[in-house]
Amino acid sequence: MADEEVHYSADHVLEYPYVRSVGPVIGAFLTGLRDGKVVGIKGTGGKVIVPPTEYDPETGEETTDIVDVGPEGTVTSWSWVPKPLRKHPLQTPFAWVLVKFDGADTSFLHVLPAADPSAVSTGMRVRPEFIAEADRVGHVNDIRHFVAVGGAV
Amino acid sequence: MSEPVTMMAAPMHLDFLFTPGVAQSKFLHGLEQGKFIGQRCPKCHKVYVPSRGSCPTDGVPCDEQVELGNRGTVTTYCVVNVPFAGQSIEIPYICGQILLDGANLSFMGLIQEIPTADIRMGLRVEAVWVDEADWGPTLASVKYFRPTGEPDAEFDTYKEYL
Repeated sequence: MADEEVHYSADHVLEYPYVRSVGPVIGAFLTGLRDGKVVGIKGTGGKVIVPPTEYDPETGEETTDIVDVGPEGTVTSWSWVPKPLRKHPLQTPFAWVLVKFDGADTSFLHVLPAADPSAVSTGMRVRPEFIAEADRVGHVNDIRHFVAVGGAV
Repeated sequence: MSEPVTMMAAPMHLDFLFTPGVAQSKFLHGLEQGKFIGQRCPKCHKVYVPSRGSCPTDGVPCDEQVELGNRGTVTTYCVVNVPFAGQSIEIPYICGQILLDGANLSFMGLIQEIPTADIRMGLRVEAVWVDEADWGPTLASVKYFRPTGEPDAEFDTYKEYL
């Protein structure tokens, strides 16, 4: 064989079509999303956790009491994404926002599209915009994104 | 009101660029030319095919290239009877570990032209290549392995490679 150096490279894709069972608590949250609403769960001392967890994050006690929250909420923190990557939920500039729904004590991570970061601020009032009911399956993407309450972003 | 949500699709998807490196590229280039190319360890003289460029026992670079023949021995095998997503071969089929003559490392290959009931350790096989026009830097250049009709290899000749 000739003494030649050959170097190869190739695109590979690794993919597993996993489906997981979600349990009663996450299941209630996803059922809520499918039905166009957001629910949390009461933790020890009445703190409302959104998204709901199966155990209180501070005491480890089991949680069982599902409660409705929102639909509006307040942005508690955000991060601007000027150039979305292919796997981001939006392909136009957006902010990752932490939203504390009215009635909740913890924040929920989602996206808020905006033309400019000056349109996003901590403390701004937002609400989720759901995708069409027929398309909702019980997934966090059932919320298309958040929008500012009472104003164009 | 529909049923509560109990399941969630959570597909995992990784895109990556695979770069085989110098040693494995030689193996792949060999496949492109219809040959099995391995490398010999300068210390223990074992021949690795495919080679990763160094000897896992001695930790030294393997710089001698070795061209192996088309024949080998089935060291062990699995008859696949279970259908799965993305399956491209009709079941049942045989997936075997093939130890090429002169090699000290086996690799996985499809075995055809033998009833699944007749597959056995020690079976002598040969590579059947795809048409030359379709040879590429991939093991898909080898269509499958088939029995040569030679007597089975003695267990002692491949017992180290199970």
